Amino acid sequence: MNIHDVSRGFFACAFLLQCCGAIAANQPSEIKGDAKSGEQVYARCMACHSLTENRIGPKHCGVVGRRAGAVPGFDYSPAMRRAKIVWSEKTLNQFLADPMKYLPGTAMVFAGVPDPKERADVIAWLKEARPESAACPANAKRRHRG
Amino acid sequence: MQLIKLLNDPLFAAGRRAFIGKSGVLLSATAVALLAGRDGLAADSKASSTSVGDDVRILNTALGAEHQAIAAYQVGAESNLLEKSVLALAVQFQGHHKEHVEILVKTITQLGGKPVAVLQKYTFPTDKLKNQADVLRFAAGLEQGAVSAYLGAVPAFHNRDLAKAAASILGDEAMHWATLRQALGENPVPSAFVS
Repeated sequence: MNIHDVSRGFFACAFLLQCCGAIAANQPSEIKGDAKSGEQVYARCMACHSLTENRIGPKHCGVVGRRAGAVPGFDYSPAMRRAKIVWSEKTLNQFLADPMKYLPGTAMVFAGVPDPKERADVIAWLKEARPESAACPANAKRRHRG
Repeated sequence: MQLIKLLNDPLFAAGRRAFIGKSGVLLSATAVALLAGRDGLAADSKASSTSVGDDVRILNTALGAEHQAIAAYQVGAESNLLEKSVLALAVQFQGHHKEHVEILVKTITQLGGKPVAVLQKYTFPTDKLKNQADVLRFAAGLEQGAVSAYLGAVPAFHNRDLAKAAASILGDEAMHWATLRQALGENPVPSAFVS
């Protein structure tokens, strides 16, 4: 076996994993997510998102159960504004697997989270980020910067 | 203001000139790659207005994050919580983000897009920034997010020159993240892969 065989094998595996991820994303996730691990996965989102503040992307407190494009004061893409999506475990799983494919025109131009377990974990974390939760204090005083 | 004092410090200025001189060489290579985007697309008969539009959208999202990073470093620099050496680092990293902005704006414009503007207001958890470590941790979080964002953007580009240029910025963000982790006393490179 030479390096090219190894390389081909690697990319074939990667391709299969991507395909499996895409197929799985169309099914209701049967993977039980772990919110603690999901918090670590969520760290990757923090260039654009925060639980409590609108940044490049909208804030995530209360995202599960919320209609897409509905955070007050956030300037959504036309595609997201028009989308008739309610964020649930299923729709988040589908969106996060490949945002640009699931919702063409989304401003979340990102290849997605191909690993179903990581998606389940981050969704578990987002489910815990209810508006009344400790992570999302309703009276959070976090304002600044012009 | 501490930042102004620092910028007027001859030693800092000399170091910064040296840095800019060196980075200019690197930047020009990236700039060429970025600005090659339009020619590359023009030469590629398969490039459609849709694919160019997709690439512009990715670049604009990156530009928005870079604007935000500049604002975040400004908050850190003006916090009076940073030691002089750490402040110099923050200002240097902010300078990198400004260079990213400059090249992204040029590229988006070259591709026929409209660069997103700086927001009038950025909201950061300033009430949680009580000491230098808090500021460093906040910056490290943004840099980690930037690494992931660029990593997610690289395979999404239709134009491979743009993907390469985004990967170049990703490398810079990863160095920022590692340096900030080091400054926090954490393992600067905690794993063999970024995600």
